[in-house]
Amino acid sequence: MESLANLSSKNLERRNLKDRLFKGLVIFLSMLTISPIVLIIYKLIEKGIRQISFDFILKTPPDTFQAMTALSNGELIPGGIANGITGTLLMVTLASVIAIPVGVITGIYLYENPDKFMANITRNISDILQGVPSIVLGLIAYIWVVKPITSGFSALAGSVSLAIMMLPMIVRSTEETLKMIPQSIKEAALALGVPYYKVLLRVLIPTGFSGLLTGILLGISRILGETAPLMLTALGSSVINLDITKPTSAVPLLIWEFYNDPNMVDLIWSSSLLLMAMVLGLNLLSKRIAARTK
Amino acid sequence: MNENTVKIKDPVLSIRNLSVSYEKGKYAVNDVSADIKRNAVTAIMGPSGCGKSTMLRAINRMHELYENIETKGTLIMNGKDITHMPTIQLRRMAGMVFQRPNPFPTMSIYDNVVAGYKLNGIRMKRSERDDIVERSLRDVTLWDEVKDNLHRKGTFLSGGQQQRLCIARALAFDPEVILLDEPTSALDPVATAKIEDLLVKLKENYSILMVTHNMAQAARISDYSMFMYLGELVEYDKTKDMFTNPRDRRTEEYLTGKFG
Repeated sequence: MESLANLSSKNLERRNLKDRLFKGLVIFLSMLTISPIVLIIYKLIEKGIRQISFDFILKTPPDTFQAMTALSNGELIPGGIANGITGTLLMVTLASVIAIPVGVITGIYLYENPDKFMANITRNISDILQGVPSIVLGLIAYIWVVKPITSGFSALAGSVSLAIMMLPMIVRSTEETLKMIPQSIKEAALALGVPYYKVLLRVLIPTGFSGLLTGILLGISRILGETAPLMLTALGSSVINLDITKPTSAVPLLIWEFYNDPNMVDLIWSSSLLLMAMVLGLNLLSKRIAARTK
Repeated sequence: MNENTVKIKDPVLSIRNLSVSYEKGKYAVNDVSADIKRNAVTAIMGPSGCGKSTMLRAINRMHELYENIETKGTLIMNGKDITHMPTIQLRRMAGMVFQRPNPFPTMSIYDNVVAGYKLNGIRMKRSERDDIVERSLRDVTLWDEVKDNLHRKGTFLSGGQQQRLCIARALAFDPEVILLDEPTSALDPVATAKIEDLLVKLKENYSILMVTHNMAQAARISDYSMFMYLGELVEYDKTKDMFTNPRDRRTEEYLTGKFG
């Protein structure tokens, strides 16, 4: 019989080898996963950074002729995407104003009545809503808002389609956040004779505030780059527009327009870089908030 | 009242024929009647699942949080029928402390003490509020430890300090009774001893009803003890008498460690 010490040392060598192999594989696959985002950011910076300036944020896009002249003179394309930035901010703000109260209240309802028939239906429908293609939401907003309410393409219609997109994320994150608050905190407040609605508003929501905020920020970062529904609702505009009943531009809409104009292609990269920075910024912010309260 | 129940004059709380069921026909608390002594510590003992927690929670009706609950019987606090009193009012008269310390994580120590006032929107002068905070924290011997950090979050305190903060929160309303649901079961021995000393001191001004699964604790600090088994109040007597000379066989078996 082989001695126990010999056996284990032989075994150990094989185990170490396997361990190293596996570690290598894990590292390789992780690299593979993060490589797209690194490459995307690299490409956007490489191609887009030279267009970024104060003018890019403060001015509206040039017309085709100006862009062509600049290109043939070997200069940077003048102007910027101020109309897109303001339009995006306008529509995202309006969408948040619509979606946040509705979503949070629905989430609270689901948390309060986990097993009720209506709650189950609401939860399932909200999940299905998350899977509805965004262009379909654009069509719906077209029928609901563009035709009957603003009788024409409008920022309001764009906001409605974006709000519907945000809604399921907010509903779910609200419910999950509230579920994570220990029951004992709720009991403590109730045992002080606090009426239930005040327990909810002044104890549960403040306690879960960072969770709610994280869900909302992720929802916003998701709609920030939406293009398809806006094509059917906000349409786009070459000037800065702050009237919610009028057609309005947005950063992703501008990217699509620049793509269709051979003279403006250079602006695609800088616009994408800006959009990407906004989305990444929001994501990092929400991660920060989530981490701080753990 | 059965013959194994002690008679108490001028009780702070009278429980009459209290029954609580979670399911039809199944009683967690079964026809319990008892009077609770004023300015004393009364312990409720019994093996897990005997209904002691449910009974305690039936007093300030926290048990209504569970679904399908059915309660029968009468509760009289200081001569006043509280059986159907609105819970918002009732719970200010019966402060509660839970198993695990549960200060509000978003509030400072100061705000935690006056949370009952703040959350209920009761306005008062700053000086009045300061007085309540200081008195309550002194009552729980926490004042000297936290007086320089009143505006730090309550969750920064140690477990035992947090539990004392929770007791202070319950005292801030100057309640008629304090209900404690195994208040030391999540604490280490040192913190437990502190809470026990505190409860003995508090009974000068307050009436205390405490659930405990720790017999030694009941023997150490309580003046009166109840023994519950399967929802029934088996025996209720002066702690000294019950521990030295139990009248019911089941009490004796529990106290000698035959089950529980």
